Amino acid sequence: MQRGGAYLSLCVTSCAGVQNAFGGQGAEDANFVRLFAVFMVVCTVMYLIVSAALVIAVWRRRQATRTIEDRKHHETSAATRPALIVWTVLIAVGLVGLTIASFFTDRSNAANGSKPRLSLTVTANQWWWDVEYNSPDASKIVRTANEIHLPVGVPAQVTLKSNDVIHSFWIPNLAGKQDLIPGRVTDAQLLPRKTGLFRGQCAEFCGVQHAQMALDVTVESKADFDRWYAAQLQPGRPPANPLQLAGYRYVTTRECSSCHNISGTPAGGHVAPDLTHFASRRSIAAGALPMNRGNLYGWVADPQSQKPGNHMPTVGLAANDLHAIVAYLEALK
Amino acid sequence: MSLRCPNSVLALAMIAALCSCDREERQTRGKPLGETIPTVASPDTIFPGRATPPPLDPRAAQYEGNASAIAEGQRLYNWMNCAGCHFHGGGGMGVALMDDKWRYGGRIDQIAASILEGRPNGMPAWRGKLTEQQIWQLAAYVRTLSGQERKDAVSARADEVSNTPPQTQTKREPLRPADSDQQ
Amino acid sequence: MTPAERAKQPPAKVPRDGPKLTGPKLEEKLAETWSNPPGFIGWLSSVDHKDIGRRYVITALIFLALAGALAIVMRLQLSKPDNDLIGAARYNEIFTMHGTTMMFLFAVPVMQGMQIYLTPLMIGTRSNAFPRLNAFSYWTYLAGGCLLWVAFVLNIAPDIGWFAYPPLSGPQFGVGKRADIWAQMVTFTEIAALAAAVSLTATILKQRAPGMSLARMPIFVWATLVTSLMVIFSMPSVALASSLLLSDRLVGTHFYNPAENGDALLWQHLFWFFGHPEVYIIFLPATGFVSEIVATFSRRTIVMYPIVVMSLVATGILAFGLWVHHMFATGLPRIGYSFYTAASMSVSIPTGLQIFCWIATLWEGRPRLQVPLLYVIGFIFTFVIGGLTGVIIAAVPLDLQLHDTYFIVAHFHYVLIGGAVFPLLGAITYWYPKATGRMMSETLGKVSFWMIFLGFQLAFFPMHIAGINGMPRRVYSYPAGMGLELPNLLSSIGSMVVAVAVLLFVINMVVSLRGGLKAAPNPWGAPSLEWATSCPPPKYNFPHIPVVDSRTPLWDAGEKMSVVHGLRVEERELLLTTVMHAKPDLREPSAEPSIWPFIATLATTVMFVSSIFSPWAVVIGAMPVIIALTAWFWPKSPAPEREPVIS
Repeated sequence: MQRGGAYLSLCVTSCAGVQNAFGGQGAEDANFVRLFAVFMVVCTVMYLIVSAALVIAVWRRRQATRTIEDRKHHETSAATRPALIVWTVLIAVGLVGLTIASFFTDRSNAANGSKPRLSLTVTANQWWWDVEYNSPDASKIVRTANEIHLPVGVPAQVTLKSNDVIHSFWIPNLAGKQDLIPGRVTDAQLLPRKTGLFRGQCAEFCGVQHAQMALDVTVESKADFDRWYAAQLQPGRPPANPLQLAGYRYVTTRECSSCHNISGTPAGGHVAPDLTHFASRRSIAAGALPMNRGNLYGWVADPQSQKPGNHMPTVGLAANDLHAIVAYLEALK
Repeated sequence: MSLRCPNSVLALAMIAALCSCDREERQTRGKPLGETIPTVASPDTIFPGRATPPPLDPRAAQYEGNASAIAEGQRLYNWMNCAGCHFHGGGGMGVALMDDKWRYGGRIDQIAASILEGRPNGMPAWRGKLTEQQIWQLAAYVRTLSGQERKDAVSARADEVSNTPPQTQTKREPLRPADSDQQ
Repeated sequence: MTPAERAKQPPAKVPRDGPKLTGPKLEEKLAETWSNPPGFIGWLSSVDHKDIGRRYVITALIFLALAGALAIVMRLQLSKPDNDLIGAARYNEIFTMHGTTMMFLFAVPVMQGMQIYLTPLMIGTRSNAFPRLNAFSYWTYLAGGCLLWVAFVLNIAPDIGWFAYPPLSGPQFGVGKRADIWAQMVTFTEIAALAAAVSLTATILKQRAPGMSLARMPIFVWATLVTSLMVIFSMPSVALASSLLLSDRLVGTHFYNPAENGDALLWQHLFWFFGHPEVYIIFLPATGFVSEIVATFSRRTIVMYPIVVMSLVATGILAFGLWVHHMFATGLPRIGYSFYTAASMSVSIPTGLQIFCWIATLWEGRPRLQVPLLYVIGFIFTFVIGGLTGVIIAAVPLDLQLHDTYFIVAHFHYVLIGGAVFPLLGAITYWYPKATGRMMSETLGKVSFWMIFLGFQLAFFPMHIAGINGMPRRVYSYPAGMGLELPNLLSSIGSMVVAVAVLLFVINMVVSLRGGLKAAPNPWGAPSLEWATSCPPPKYNFPHIPVVDSRTPLWDAGEKMSVVHGLRVEERELLLTTVMHAKPDLREPSAEPSIWPFIATLATTVMFVSSIFSPWAVVIGAMPVIIALTAWFWPKSPAPEREPVIS
C-alpha cells in the first residue's frame, strides 16, 4: 500500500531522497504515506467525476435544451434535483470518510509516540540547531549541534524550544513538522523504522539564512548508537602534533572561544554550536556545506561568503592560523 | 493647481524620511576584510597645547545610526554577558551606560576603544576575543543606551523581560566627561 | 435659480424624468448633472463609481504585473540548485513583496474594483451609496501601494514574509523600519477595503431597482454582498494585529513578547482570523463572475439559483471558522485541531454544490465556447485540483508533512490563480465591451487563454512534487541531489510561459481599446441589467431607472421593460428601495464630485507614514485629517422640500 501510494502520487523523481516525505522510514511518515494514498484515491475519483461531467456538459450533442432561444431558460430537468442530492451525499460521505481516516492516523501517531524511551531537547537558533540528549545522570548528557543520531525502533521524544524566532523542526523521512516557538515548549515524537542517513530542514521562515538551516539525521542500530553516544561523552580530543597545538591555542584563547564550546578545553562559549566532536559530523554550518577539508577552510576563513548574514563573523585570519585551526578542528572527531 | 505644490513638498519630505539608506544598510562583514587597524580614539578629554580631540574614526559612519549594527550589538551585549557588570545600562559592578558620564569618552570610537583595550577597574579587553566589526557593533548599541543614536535606527525593546524604558523614547543624555565631576 | 428659490417653487416646476422629459433631451440634462468638473482637479474629484472601479482595476493590474515580474526573478533564481543570481537578503525581500503585493494590492482590490464598477449597473441605480467614501477608498489604496513600492525602490523593502510572523517581525529581529512599512501598508489597504465594502453593502441593500427583490439579484451581486460583509468582519483583525505590531516596534509594548506575558501566537491567531476569510474574499467574487458568464454563455439562468446563493452565504460564514488550519504545526491541543480539520473539510461542500450548479447549467444549456467561457472551463479544471489539495492538507497528519513546503505553494496558486485569476480574466474579457465600447480580440484571447492555462499547469504542478521531495517554502536556494532540480526547472519554464500569456492579454486589452470591434449595448446577449444601457454607460448609467420582475430582466422583459419616472434631473438623485422586496422607498440625493476625499487621503497618508517614526505623529497628524473630514462632511445640500411620496 505504501509503494502503491507513492506511485499513485506521481512521484516523478526518486522517492528515496534524504529529505523525502514519501520515504516512510519513520512510523509517522509511514502513516503519512498511507493516508496520503487514501486521500489521493478519493480526490482523484472526485476530480475525474467533475472533469467528466464538465467535458460532457460542454461537448455533448444536444437535442432538447432549455435556453433563452427556446424560451425555456428558467426550466430545469427533473433529473437535476436527484443528481444534486446524490452529489452532495457523495461529497459528504467522502469527506466524512477522509476525516475519520485522518483521525485514526492521528491516534496511531499519538500511540506511537506515547512511550518514548529516548529524550532529546532541540533548541533552535538563527540558523543552527542545538541538540541535547537528556539524561537524569548529568554525566551522561550529550550536547551536539546540527545533527541527530537515533537508534532504530526506539521511540524518541524531542522537546522543542527556540532562542529567538519561530523555527520548524522537520525531518520528512521520519515525521511531520513541529514549530519551535520562543516562549513555548512544543514536542515531536520520532519513531524511526529503518536505518539510514536523512536530512531535516527548518520549515518556518526565520530570517536571512532560513534556507541553510538543515539537520543531519543518522538512524542506526542500537549498538552503533551506543557507540556513538559513548564517543560523544568524551571530551574533545587533545592536539596530537604541533600544528594542531597551534590551532588548539588559537581556538581556545581567541575569538572562537567567545562563542563556541569544546568540552575539556577552556573554550566555553555557549551561544554557538558545540564543537567538541565537530569533525564527526556530515556537514558544516547546519547542512550548508558537506564536511571536508576544502569546505572547512572556506568556512573558517570567511563564513560570511558561504552563509551571508549568519552570526559567525569573518575574523580575517592569517594563513598559518587558518592552517592550524583547520588541522585542530579536523581532529575533533 | 495650487493644491499640488504642498503635496509634492509633503511627498518629498516623506520620501526623505523613509529613505535614510544608512539606517537600513546591512553589512555582513566589516570592511575591509578582517580589520586589524589600530584604534586612533583617545579616551582622554584634555590635550596638551591647544590640541583638539582627534577626528572621528572613519569607520564610525558605517556603524553609527545603522539599525543592523545596533541590532547585532544588542545581540552581542547579551551573548557576551555585558549585562553581568553593566546590567542593561543601569550599571552595577560596572559603570552605568545610560547616563551622561563617560570616563573614557562617549563617542562611538572611544567606546569601541574601551571595549577593545579594556579599562582599569575591571573592564576586560576584548581584543582577540571579538572581531573589530563586532566591537564596533557593540559600541553602536552602547551609544543607544544613553539615547545618542537616532531613534529610527533603534529597536524599542528586546524580546526579553522589560529592563529599560522603550529605547525609542530614551532621552538623549549629553556626553559629559566624568573627570570634571571629580574637581 | 438658487436652491432657496427653487424650494419655494411648487413641486411641479422641478424638472423630473418622465413621459414629458425623456429621450435625448433627458439624456442631455442628466449628462450635465452627472458629469465631473473639468480639468485635473475634476479628475481628482470624481466620485463616479465607474471611474473609481476602472482606476481600481487598472491600478491592481499594474501591481499584478510588478508582483509577477518579481515572481519571474524568483523562478530564475530557483531554476538551478545553489544558484547565486540573487542573494539571500534580496530574495527574502522579493518574496515578501511578491506575496504582499499579490494579496493586499492586487487580489482584493481588483475584486473590489470590479464590484464597484459593476454593482450599481447590475442593480439598476445611478451611483454607489457613498460615492466620496468610494473615492477615498481608492486613493487610500493607491497611497498604501505607493508606500510599499517606493520603499522597495529605495531598497528598504520588508523582508519578513507577507504574513510577517513575530518575533521575526518584532522589534528585536525585525531590524530597521522595513516591518513598520509593511504594517502601515496593511493599515492603508485595510481602510480602503473596509470603505469600499461598507459602500457596496449599503448600495446593494438599499438601491436596487424596484422589483429586484433579494431573490432576483444577480448572483454576482450576492457574491459582492457576502464578500463585503466578510471584509467588514475580517479586516479589523489584521488591522488590529498590525497596529499591535507597530506599537511593539515603536513604543515597546509587549503584545508579542513572551517574556512579558505576550505571545507570538497571538499574531498568528489575529492574522489568520483575517487571512483565511481573505482568500474567500478573493474567491467568492470570482464565483460570482463564473455564475454570470456561465448563465450568459449557456443561454439560460443558473440552475438552482437558491442553492448557489446559499452556498455563497454558507461559504462566507464557514470561512470564519477555519483559521487554525494555518497553525497545525504550532503545538496547540490536538483535539482542537480535529475541529478545524472537520470545518476545513466541510467548507468544500458549498463550493462543490456551486460547481454542480455550473456544470448543470452548461449541461442544460447550449454553451458557446467563447473566451470568457473558456476561462470558466479552465477555472473548473484548475480550481478543483486546488480544492482537492486543500482537502488533503486539511487533515492534520498530512498537513504536518506538507505545511510550509512547496506543496502549499502549489495548492494556493491553484486556488488563487485557477480560482480567482482565471475567472477575472474571463470577466475582464466579458465586461470589457461594457466598459470601453469595444470587443477584445477573440483570436488573441484564445491564444492567451491556452498559453496561460497550459503554462500555469507546467509552472505549478511540479511544485507538488518539490514539496513532497522536501523543499520548504521561502528558501532562496536548495541543494543539489534531492530530486528538486527537475520540478524547479519545469516550474521556471512554465512561469515564463505564463508571463508571456499575461503580456498578450494586456496587449489585447490595450490594442482593442482603439482597434477592437465596436460593441452593441448587449454584444453577448446577456440577461442582466448592466447590458440594458449603452457601451460604455453614460455617467448617469440609466436614463430611467428600470423596474425588474425576474432574475433575467433582459431576457424576460427585454424591450418592454418598465421604468420608473419621477427622479430629478437637475440634481443628483437616487431611488432607494426596501431591503427585502425592493419596493420604492425614498428619493435620496447623491454626493457631488468633491476634492475632499483626495485631500483626506493625503492627510491620512502623512499621519500614517510619520507614525512609523514617532507616536506623536498620530496626535499631530490627526489634525489635518480632522480638518479634511470636516470639510468633506460640511453640509451643502439644500433643505429638502415637502413633496408627496412616490407610491
